[in-house]
Amino acid sequence: MTPDRILPTCLLFFAVGAPAAAQEQGFLWAAGPVAEAQRAHFVSILWWMAVVTVPLLIGLPLILWRYRLNGGGGRYRRDWGASPLAEVAIWSVPVVVVGFLAWNLWHATLSLDPYRPLGPDPLEVQAIAAEGHFLFLYPDEGIVTVDRLLLDADRTARLKLTSVDVLRSVMVPRLAGQIYAMPGMTTELNLAAFAPGTYAGLNTQYSGPLFPEERFETEALPETNWHARIEATRDGAGPLPPDVLQRIAMGDGAEAYLAADADLFARIAAPSSHGAHR
Amino acid sequence: MIGLFLGTLRWDDVTFVEFWRTPDLNNAIAAAAAGLLVLGVVATLILLTVRGWWRPLWRDWLTSLDHKKIGIMYVALALVMFARAVAEANVMRAHQATAALDAGLVAPDHFAELFSTHGTIMIFLVAMPLLTGIMNFVMPLQIGARDVSFPLLNAISLMLTAAAAGLVMVSLVLGHFSTGGWSGYPPYTGADISPGEGPDYWIWALTLSSIGSTLTGMNFAVTLYKRRVQGMHLFRMPLFCWTVLCTSILMIFAMAPLTLATLMLWLDRHAGFHFFTVGSGGDMMNFANLFWLFGHPEVYILILPAFGVWSEVFSTFSGKRLFGYLSLVYATMAIAVLSFTVWLHHFFTMGQSANVNAAFGIATMLIGVPTGVKVYDWLLTMMFGRVRLRVPMLFANYFLVTFLLGGVTGVLLANPTVDYGVHNSLFLVAHFHNMLIPGTLFAMLAAIHLWFPKAFGFRLHEGWGRAVFWLMAPGFLLAFMPLYAMGMMGGMRRTAYFSDPLFRPWLWAAEAGAVLILAGFAALVVQIVVSVRRRDALAVPAGDPWDGRSLEWLGPAPAFEFNFAGEPKVEDVDAFTALKAQGEAYRRQETYEDIEMPRNSAVPVVIGALAGLAAFAMVWQAWATAALAFAGVWAVVIGRSFVRDTERTIPAAEVEAAHRAWLADVAAATPVHRRDELTPENRGLAEEPL
Repeated sequence: MTPDRILPTCLLFFAVGAPAAAQEQGFLWAAGPVAEAQRAHFVSILWWMAVVTVPLLIGLPLILWRYRLNGGGGRYRRDWGASPLAEVAIWSVPVVVVGFLAWNLWHATLSLDPYRPLGPDPLEVQAIAAEGHFLFLYPDEGIVTVDRLLLDADRTARLKLTSVDVLRSVMVPRLAGQIYAMPGMTTELNLAAFAPGTYAGLNTQYSGPLFPEERFETEALPETNWHARIEATRDGAGPLPPDVLQRIAMGDGAEAYLAADADLFARIAAPSSHGAHR
Repeated sequence: MIGLFLGTLRWDDVTFVEFWRTPDLNNAIAAAAAGLLVLGVVATLILLTVRGWWRPLWRDWLTSLDHKKIGIMYVALALVMFARAVAEANVMRAHQATAALDAGLVAPDHFAELFSTHGTIMIFLVAMPLLTGIMNFVMPLQIGARDVSFPLLNAISLMLTAAAAGLVMVSLVLGHFSTGGWSGYPPYTGADISPGEGPDYWIWALTLSSIGSTLTGMNFAVTLYKRRVQGMHLFRMPLFCWTVLCTSILMIFAMAPLTLATLMLWLDRHAGFHFFTVGSGGDMMNFANLFWLFGHPEVYILILPAFGVWSEVFSTFSGKRLFGYLSLVYATMAIAVLSFTVWLHHFFTMGQSANVNAAFGIATMLIGVPTGVKVYDWLLTMMFGRVRLRVPMLFANYFLVTFLLGGVTGVLLANPTVDYGVHNSLFLVAHFHNMLIPGTLFAMLAAIHLWFPKAFGFRLHEGWGRAVFWLMAPGFLLAFMPLYAMGMMGGMRRTAYFSDPLFRPWLWAAEAGAVLILAGFAALVVQIVVSVRRRDALAVPAGDPWDGRSLEWLGPAPAFEFNFAGEPKVEDVDAFTALKAQGEAYRRQETYEDIEMPRNSAVPVVIGALAGLAAFAMVWQAWATAALAFAGVWAVVIGRSFVRDTERTIPAAEVEAAHRAWLADVAAATPVHRRDELTPENRGLAEEPL
C-alpha cells in the first residue's frame, strides 16, 4: 500500500470495518489517470476541511466539560454574545479555506473535464445503453461487443454515449467518473487505464427493474493482445441483426457482432427517433 | 358514463384483489401494508365514536384557525407519515440484505415504489409538515402576535398538505405509486415507459403539497413583516424567526418551479404535450433544471428552521445569550440567497461544459462559509454558559459533530471532480441523510421537546426522551456510515439487490441502524403516552419550564388561546429574559381590552377534501369527478368571500380572568434552580439567576 492510500483506507476502516479496506473497488483504488486525480482531489479536500473541523472537535468536549451546569469550573457570563475578534476569526478562516478550495476546484474541474481527450489518437467507441445491456460499437474496427468494453491499455479511449429509452449514467469507477447517457442525445466520456486489467462498469441511474443488471466489464488489454482479441472477435462474430436490441432483451443475443450497420449509433442518438407521437 | 366518474379505476387495482389473484410474498407485503392502513383508519373511527370525540375533534381542532392548533396538527400528521416512511426504509434495507441470496422480500417494481414513496413522504409529508408545524406554533408567539396574518389560509395550507398525505396513503390500497423516485425524472416517468397511475399519484401529491407550502410561505412572510409587536424590530426577532423568514421567502420562490414542472409532466403524459419529450422539440434536461430549481432551495427550506431551533436550544440550555446574533442573521440570509445559485450541482454529470460546472461548484462551496460560521457561533454560545444536557441539548451536540461530517461530504460533492465518481451512489444518499436526520429530523425532535410544555402544559418525560436519543443517534450512524463506504466502492442508490457478497455485512449493519431508528420512533410514542399519564407531575402551569429567553415563554402553559393578555414589551433580542430581569414578566395589568380572534371555519376542511378528491380523480382519469370537485373548491372559495362575520370577540372580562388565573399559578409556584428543572418542583417558574 502506497503512503497516499493510507488515509482513505483508514477512513473506510473506521467507517465500516476491515472488509471495506480490503476491497479494491471505486475511485479510491484508482486504476487510471482520471480516477487517480479524483482520489488525490478527494484526499486534498479532507485535509483542507480539517482546518475547520478539527478545532470544533477539540473545542466541543472542552467547552461542554468546563461550562457544565453541575460543577463546571468556567466563568459564567450570561450576556456574552459578541466578540469582534472571535467573529473576524470565524468568518475569515472559512473564507480562506473555501478560497483555496475554490481555486483547487476550478483547476481540477477544467483539467478533468470528461470531454477533454486524455491523449492523442484515442480509441473511438460508441456506447448504447439499453434496458439491461450495453452495446459497444467500435467504428474503426467494425465490431460490436455486448456488455464488454475492450480497451487497449496503451491507448486512451473516447466513448460517445447515448441511451435507447431512459436517462442512464455510465461509469467505470476505477478509471474515471460518470456522464449521463440520454435518449436522443450524445454525450462523451474519455477513459484511460494505467495498466491492463478488468474493471467493472455500470449504469448508476435508476432505469427500471433491470437496473441492478446494467453492468459491463471493461477489459484493458496490452496492445498486442488487444489487436489479437479484436481479430478473434471479428472472426467469431456474425452480422449485426437490425433488431439487435430486441434480441438482446429477449436473451437471444450474442457476445459480439460484425457492425455492418455503421449508422446504428447515429440513428439511436438522433432526436427524431424518440417519442415523436404516441 | 361510469368511466367519467370512476375513470380507469377497476377492482383489479385494489391491492387486496391483486393479492387474492397472485398470492406471493411481494403481494402479501403490499396487502399487509394496505391492511395496516385500513385497520388504522377503522380503529381511529371506532375510537372517535366510542369516546365521543367527534364533536371536540371537529370543533376544537379541524375547524380551528388557531395557529397553535394548526401547528400541532401539522406535527401530528408528520409523525403518522414518518411511521410509514421509516417502516418502508426498514423493508428496503431488509430486502437488500436478503436479496442476493434469494429473491428478497419484494419484486423490483415494488422496491422502486418503496424508494419513491419513502423519499416523497419524508420530504413533502414528514420534514415539511414538521417544520411548518413548529414554525406555525412558535413564530407568532415569538413575535408577540395573536395569530398569523391569514389564519384561514393557514388552515387551508394544512388541509391541502393533509390531502396530499391522504393521496399517498390511498395509493397503498388503490393501484400503485410511481417507481420513478422522489425526483421523478422523465422520460422514465413519461407515458411511454410508465403508463399507469403511479407517476400521476406522485404528480398530484406534489402539486397539492407544493401549493400548500407556497401559501404557507406567503402567510408567514407577511406575518413576520406586519404582525410584530411594538418594539420587536427585525433585529430583535429571535433567530428562529429569522430562519422562518428566510424559509418563507424560499417557499414563495422555490415551490413554483416544482408545481409547474409536475403540471408540465402531466400535460406531457396525458395531453400530448412535449415539454420534456426529446424528438418533438422538448428536452428532458429542462425537467432536471426546473426540478432542482425547486429542489435546491428546498434543501435550505428543510435545514434553515432547524438552524433556528438549534440557536434557541443552545442559548436556552446554556443559560446564556446567543453568541454572534448578527453573524447568524447575515449567515442565514446569505444561505437563503446562495441557495438559488447552486441547483446545477445536482446534475454535474449531464454533459455541460466544465466552466459551468466549476462556477456552480464554487457557488455551492461558498455556502460552506456561512454554515461554518454558524457552527462556531453555536459553540461559542455554550462558552461562558451553564450547559445542561437535557434531551434537546443531547440532540444539538450530536448534531454539531455529525453535521461536520455532513459538511465535509457536502464540500466533497460540491467538487465536480469528486461528484463524477460518487453521483447517484450511496455516498450521496449517506450525505443527504447525514444532513436531514441529525439536521432537520433531530432539530424537530429537539423542538418538540423544547416547546411541548408550551403546547400542552406539561413537559415530556426526560428518561424516555433520552431513550429516543440513545436509539436514534447510534441508529443513524449504523444506518448511514456503511453507505458512505459502499458508495465510494461503486454501490448505487435505488439498487434492489447487490450481487457483490462483500456488501452483505454493511447492508445488515444499515438494516440494524434502520431498526434502531424505528425503535427510537416507538420510544417517542411511548414517551408521549407516559408523559400524558404523568401530566400532573410534569405540569408547568406558570409557563416557563426551561428559563426561556424569548416571548413565547411569557404566559401560561398551555398558552392562552389569544397568546397574550396585553402587548408584551420588547427591548432586547431576549425579550422575556429582559422582562424577568426587570421584574415585569409576571405583573398584573391595569386594564384589559376585548380581543378579536378568528372564528372557526369548516371552509379549510371542505377545500382540503374537495382538492384531495379532485387530485384522486385526476390520478384515475375520472374527468367528470375531477371537474366537479375542482369546481367545488372554487365554489367554496367564492362562497366564503360573502361571509363577513369572520371574527369573534373575547370580552375583556374573560381575558382578565384568564390572566389572573395564570398569575395565581405563578404565585403558587416555587422558583426552581436549573439543577432541579427535571423534578416535579418545576412548575414553570425559573429562579432568578445569580
